[in-house]
Amino acid sequence: MVATWILVVIVAVVLLVIYIYNSLIRLRMRVKNAWSQIDVQLKRRYDLIPNLISAVKGYMKHEKGVLEEVTKARTSLISGSMKDKAKASNQITDALKSIFAVAENYPQLKANENFKQLQEELSGTESKIAYARQFYNDSVMSYNESLQVFPKNLFAKLFSFKAEEFFKADGKERGNVKVEF
Amino acid sequence: MGIYDEIASNQRRTYLLLFFFFVLVTVLGVVIGAMYGSTYFGVGFAIFIGIIYFLFSYYAGANAVLTMTGAHEATKPKYTHLINTVEGLSIAAGLPKVPAVYVIEDSALNAFATGRDPQHASVAVTTGLLERLNKLELEGVLAHEISHIKNFDIRVMLLASVMVGLTVLLSDFLLRSFLWGSHGNDREKGSGTAILIVVGLALAILSPLIGELMKLAVSRKREFLADASGAMLTRYPKGLADALRKIKEDPDPLVDKANRATAHLFISTPFRKTKGTFTNLFSTHPDINERIKKLEAM
Repeated sequence: MVATWILVVIVAVVLLVIYIYNSLIRLRMRVKNAWSQIDVQLKRRYDLIPNLISAVKGYMKHEKGVLEEVTKARTSLISGSMKDKAKASNQITDALKSIFAVAENYPQLKANENFKQLQEELSGTESKIAYARQFYNDSVMSYNESLQVFPKNLFAKLFSFKAEEFFKADGKERGNVKVEF
Repeated sequence: MGIYDEIASNQRRTYLLLFFFFVLVTVLGVVIGAMYGSTYFGVGFAIFIGIIYFLFSYYAGANAVLTMTGAHEATKPKYTHLINTVEGLSIAAGLPKVPAVYVIEDSALNAFATGRDPQHASVAVTTGLLERLNKLELEGVLAHEISHIKNFDIRVMLLASVMVGLTVLLSDFLLRSFLWGSHGNDREKGSGTAILIVVGLALAILSPLIGELMKLAVSRKREFLADASGAMLTRYPKGLADALRKIKEDPDPLVDKANRATAHLFISTPFRKTKGTFTNLFSTHPDINERIKKLEAM
């Protein structure tokens, strides 16, 4: 009789451990997927920038400085830690903003179909990066949280799950909204 | 309640709907059986029709809806901005696949999402909406639709429609049988059968109405929840609130090709407003002012 009970308890514990392990794996997978979403969009923007530069170069002869800034930030995007990447990404965002602001002074450029398409694509990619980053940070938050709550924290240590880093360079995030269902 | 609880509760709702569906089909089958003198025949017939109808409308329903509303697929470069926004919001929601994007040539301001799961989903917006909303407002509306997809609301709504459709079909069949007089032999019919037929007649008249009410009850609560989860995606509830205000003030909310079969799908009711509590009970959408108020309180 006692043996049966011991067996039941062992089976229950094993099932619990499997459940916790799987749920941690699932959350970590979500973080990985979310990260690859950011990467895809960063890459997309990286590929679009040379097209933009060549489209505006002819018109913006007197704005060399702005163009160089984008090119420089673009190259620093390839390597480095997550923090470096986040920082470079923000720099590109700012540099692109100033290109589009300067472009306002060039009516011919603004009327150029190719430029208009590129602007639409780049601003689309820009907002996709913001969304991918939001999803990534949300995923990291729920993963990191689950590493800290009892009893998951015990097994997280046991299976050496580590907290993930947020994709953040400075305080320029869109604030969260308070939503009540 | 978080988004994952929301998905779980939709799962339960889906099973509940399927169960109701099954009970209703069986009951109608029994009545049909009584009319033709064989319960086995009636139940078998109803379940057979039920399965065929269910499979057909579950797998082809979304496309049928898109065709019915006259939607055509959005393409680049004309709709680049729309497509990009949908892609961005799908990333934010963590959808496994970007939904197909459709446009309806209509000056009314409206939008809907449909499909059976996030892998097989579509979003449609009217051209009026694209012309009259600014970027943030459009983003708000699309986030609302993407939330319907993510929460599996689209599946619940599709199943609800399928159920109502089948109930109407079977009731119609029953009523026609009554009108055409007696099938089967009078000798085989006892007084028990007569009672069953009276009950069946009542059921045939009432069941489409019950189905319709159920669909509405499901739909109205969904709207508030999709507003809230949409705001979680854009982190900017004011976008959708402004869009809803524009939609409210639009003198022509009517989408020409909307009918009672598709009304519950839209972001705001596609029909002209009428007054009274009865219409409130039968309206597919909660009061738009209430939705704006809730969004602004976030």
